[in-house]
Amino acid sequence: MLDELRELYQEVILDHGRNPRNHRRPEDANRHARGNNPICGDTLVVYLDVGDDGVIRDAAFEGQGCAISIASASMMTDVLKGKTEAQARALFEKFHDLCTKDDFDLDAVDNGAGDDDLERLQVLAGVRAFPMRVKCATLAWHTMTAAMSGEDATSTE
Amino acid sequence: MNEAAPTIQVVPGQVVPGQVVPGQVVPGQVVPGDNSTLAYDVERVRADFPILTQEVFGRPLVFLDSAASAQKPRQVLDAMDDAYETAYSNVHRGVHRMSQLCTDAFEAGREKVARYINAGSSDEIVFTRNATEALNLVADCFGRAFMKAGDEVVISALEHHSNIVPWHLLKERLGIELRIAPIDDDGNFLLDEFEALLGPRTRLVAMTHVSNAIGTIVPIKEVIARAHARGVPVLVDGSQAAPHLRIDVQDLDADFYAFTGHKVYGPTGIGVLYGKSERLNALPPYQGGGEMIASVTFEKSEFKAAPHRFEAGTPAIVEAIGLGAAIDYLESLGRDNIAAHESGILAYATQRLGEVPGLTIIGRAREKASIVSFVMENAHAHDIGTIVDRAGVAVRTGHHCAQPLLQRLGLTATARASFGIYNTREEVDALVEALGAVSEIFG
Repeated sequence: MLDELRELYQEVILDHGRNPRNHRRPEDANRHARGNNPICGDTLVVYLDVGDDGVIRDAAFEGQGCAISIASASMMTDVLKGKTEAQARALFEKFHDLCTKDDFDLDAVDNGAGDDDLERLQVLAGVRAFPMRVKCATLAWHTMTAAMSGEDATSTE
Repeated sequence: MNEAAPTIQVVPGQVVPGQVVPGQVVPGQVVPGDNSTLAYDVERVRADFPILTQEVFGRPLVFLDSAASAQKPRQVLDAMDDAYETAYSNVHRGVHRMSQLCTDAFEAGREKVARYINAGSSDEIVFTRNATEALNLVADCFGRAFMKAGDEVVISALEHHSNIVPWHLLKERLGIELRIAPIDDDGNFLLDEFEALLGPRTRLVAMTHVSNAIGTIVPIKEVIARAHARGVPVLVDGSQAAPHLRIDVQDLDADFYAFTGHKVYGPTGIGVLYGKSERLNALPPYQGGGEMIASVTFEKSEFKAAPHRFEAGTPAIVEAIGLGAAIDYLESLGRDNIAAHESGILAYATQRLGEVPGLTIIGRAREKASIVSFVMENAHAHDIGTIVDRAGVAVRTGHHCAQPLLQRLGLTATARASFGIYNTREEVDALVEALGAVSEIFG
């Protein structure tokens, strides 16, 4: 029992959950959205500072939630910095596959950007064995795409 | 009713100090709702529930989520199969044999519900889809008939969303106002503060009997007495009370009382709205359709009296029969035996969970039903739920559809263990052991 749980709650995740990176509200954010997981009531606000060239200069978040959702938001905001919007969306697509597809093969991925990032995010792949928790891992990402699309709020439902 | 019930000591040393145990056991006394002929034997009860033999991740299922929905005994499943196999038809109006048999069984379900809550007549029992629909029915019909902008409804800080959102809808539609009766930090309902909210514009009190999230038993009889002293009728959300407490709507003097079948070990899709006859018949219909009319011409409809006025369309026929079987089952165990069993489990769980390092029980009201909400240092409720699930233990996690209550308590989520007729002390032990893994992972 503990082995499977350790696969989900890896040290990296526990660390990000306890000490989330970019857990703040940036002064100069020009995009933000509130994400809500109605199943659990967890709410995150994701802030982005996107330059005229479409590059994400800063990414941060506020909110409370389970270890998985906080760790995912923490890691996401780390990897988003320096990405273009298109790269960020492409990365979410791959990340979503990583969290949901049992046959996901990291080596077969060629998205032109973010392979290293995907490798970092792979610690979250443990949610695959816990289908009820996939939304915890993707909440921050859904919220990020809502912020880029100029929507105020999104939901995992 | 709780005030009237003498308390019992379960097992010395296992009753939490200050804990008032609901229910009563008077040996030899025959009372309605208690057809038990044997001492309460939880293993005999467990044997009636087929699902309890299931394993989860290779461990025996420990089901501690009955407050969300209770499991069903064989007696309910058999009664429903039997209805479909031997006596099924649409109900009412049919002249053929099957229609008569099925109508009789369906209406017998209504009689059993009336007996279960000691209604004066089965005409005071309206079948709905669930408790939510029962509450919406009153909000909609009572609002239409008796409320206008500026009128007030008093609810409590303990409510489930089902007894908040219908009033929000009425607020949007009519411009009514909501008043919220407060609780203290332990989750105790504050009667005097409630009473102070009753004013000249108060049209209705709509209040839970037992909190689904933290287990508080509201002194509902006193709530009703104080509301009635000001001429204000009371709608009670009895969803969490009906499985645990002996309900006597006449003794409570409740104007309306709602509960749902699936939480009293019956099927989903069937709920109950009790209403005093004169209260129900003063309301306009809820939905229009077949069965609820006295006559229809192309110009107009005339409506039947309660309960049929509120039961448009083909009802949940076999579910009503199943609910009747669930009530028969609970009464065969004895309502007071059940209350005593659950009080024992509550006291034991309160004690054992209180010993878990870093765990805080949320809700320490003086009177509680067998529901224990808790949080743990370093671990979010969802992580607790996932971890204990791998040990076969099912608890509910999150806001329990009572977000305003959790906000009041300064929380966003708790883990909740709820105990029913089939739960054992060993299952409490299994939960406590599983929580050890939470500490192991999260430190």
